[in-house]
Amino acid sequence: MIATPELAPLFDGVEARKAATRNAYGEALLELGASNPDVVVLDADLSGSTKTKAFGKAHPDRFFNMGVAEANMIGVAAGLASQGKVAFASSFAMFATGKAFEQIRQSVCVPELNVKICATHAGLTVGEDGKSHQMLEDVTIMRVIPGMQVIVPADAVEARQAVLAAAEIPGPVYVRLSRASTPIVFSEDYRFEFGKAAMLRDGGDLAIVAMGVTVAAAIEAADMLSGMGIEARVLNMSTISPMDSDAIESAARDCGAILTAEEHQENGGLGDAVAQAVVRTHPVPMEMCGMNGSFGQSGTGDELLAHYGLDAAGLVARAQQLLKRKQA
Amino acid sequence: MTLSQEDRAAVESAARQIRIDTVRMVHAAACGHPGGPIGMADFMATLFLRHMNLSPETLHQPDRDRFVLGNGHTCAGYYSILSQKGLFPREELLTFRKMGSRLQGHPHRTPDMGIDFSTGSLGNSLSVSLGMALAAKSNGWDTRVYSASSDGESQEGQIWEAATAAAHYGASNLTVLVDFNNVQIDGHMRDVMDVRDLRAKYEAFGWHALDVDGHDIDAIDAALVAAREETTRPSALICHTLIGKGVSFMEDQPGWHGVAPGDEDARKALAELGIEGAELEAMMA
Ligand SMILES: Cc1ncc(C[n+]2csc(CCOP(=O)(O)OP(=O)(O)O)c2C)c(N)n1
Ligand SMILES: [Mg+2]
Repeated sequence: MIATPELAPLFDGVEARKAATRNAYGEALLELGASNPDVVVLDADLSGSTKTKAFGKAHPDRFFNMGVAEANMIGVAAGLASQGKVAFASSFAMFATGKAFEQIRQSVCVPELNVKICATHAGLTVGEDGKSHQMLEDVTIMRVIPGMQVIVPADAVEARQAVLAAAEIPGPVYVRLSRASTPIVFSEDYRFEFGKAAMLRDGGDLAIVAMGVTVAAAIEAADMLSGMGIEARVLNMSTISPMDSDAIESAARDCGAILTAEEHQENGGLGDAVAQAVVRTHPVPMEMCGMNGSFGQSGTGDELLAHYGLDAAGLVARAQQLLKRKQA
Repeated sequence: MTLSQEDRAAVESAARQIRIDTVRMVHAAACGHPGGPIGMADFMATLFLRHMNLSPETLHQPDRDRFVLGNGHTCAGYYSILSQKGLFPREELLTFRKMGSRLQGHPHRTPDMGIDFSTGSLGNSLSVSLGMALAAKSNGWDTRVYSASSDGESQEGQIWEAATAAAHYGASNLTVLVDFNNVQIDGHMRDVMDVRDLRAKYEAFGWHALDVDGHDIDAIDAALVAAREETTRPSALICHTLIGKGVSFMEDQPGWHGVAPGDEDARKALAELGIEGAELEAMMA
């Protein structure tokens, strides 16, 4: 586990700075383009939105816009990777993983290739485009493929480092990114470590394990709970696969109750992944905040997070239910 | 064959209304896709006024015609023509893309409003339309299935799987109208991924395929008549359009694929569509 890193000012009561993780992706790609001549980038007619466009401008010979054809894009990425390239492939999370699931399994993961799928516009915070675009099952379908390594950065600071790390980690990687600007959680000194959870705050009454945009909500919820005399440990579980089960085991032992939070289906997502680690190590009561088996709908990202109980108030309410079970 | 003056005027008026509604809806939502629906307005109005037998009276008739909007992002125009045909109250249009609205950012299958299928992910539509067409045939119905698609959607491989199968099964009750505006999100097709001659492609796949001026109402109507008369093959009408047609600053501009006009641009667009004076002020209020 990463020792408690310094957090950004938001959490000292200062107005949050915000940035979109997709922008950090675009910046990291530019760094990689300059430092690693084997890096190639593919997109599927969304290069302005996924932020691969700047790489394309800087390295037109290493950039391939495949048009609206995600399955073909992943297949071509696999071919490039088989020839020694480190292939980053991007689209919206819905289409990168949904359209091309079979190609990802057969052509990327079975031959264990260096394809890095960095998908943006994941989750509810895509907003008004509605359910056809709100990918809430991508972590599930990526993490179950043998060999696929899954990272969900909590903010733009972590996203940049995760993308740089993805280029170095051997084999397939899936990085889940967001459209919306979300609070900056970490200070610039934070160091992402692949496969390791970070403890953002300690507490003994329960642990909140979160990924992606719900990490900021988890910290806010922990502050609210603290005001009620309840101390929560907060874990940023940015690597979903492989999971840091030591961090989960310690949280279960030290806190005796675990709440998970994700902008994703509970089924097969972070909640299930943590539950597996919990039942295998130190079973304790758990609650899951996520999508409970429904699709999303049109609305602003903030409206949707509140509607589905994934904002700080929603997490606090579930934490209180969980504590009743712990005490029972 | 050309339309009577009266019939043409009705279609022109519905097409203009699609353009006006699209500007207002996307402006009110402050997000969405104005360019596509404005460019498709002429063939959507011709189709829904003169060919599709969808109305409040036929809505629940099992053998009525069906429509699938493959390029689901262009749904502002689709919602406009459905409301113009009386399938839901016109006031509802301005709830587009807002929390709780039936007018979702991409169409959601809603039988009571005549929205026949959920779309938004490009590439899926022609297969679904073929399934509907095969169901109608197997029921012995005269149902026609109309599928809107786009040059961008034509880049998806599944479209060509559906095209192969539709010809194989002789789905002559299936017509696809392809919005060929030479634009996709990242730019003009020639700069991103050229789909080339879609008519020749569909023809090679065994379809009855026609190039059509997508802003010539008589030509669109004639092509839809030809599609109806075709008895053995599915029909592809490659509708050559300009994205944003009728709003000068949007025409042929990929930038207007998915950006909402602000107050000033909305006002300019509505003025170009012939809205002025008190009516314009009321719309912008
Ligand atoms: C499978 C899939 N991939 C990507 C997208 C995102 N997307 C929405 S519209 C679009 C461009 C499509 O081109 P076209 O339909 O020709 O757009 P228009 O002419 O209306 O600008 C893309 C890539 C999507 N909706 N579905
Ligand atoms: Mg187009």
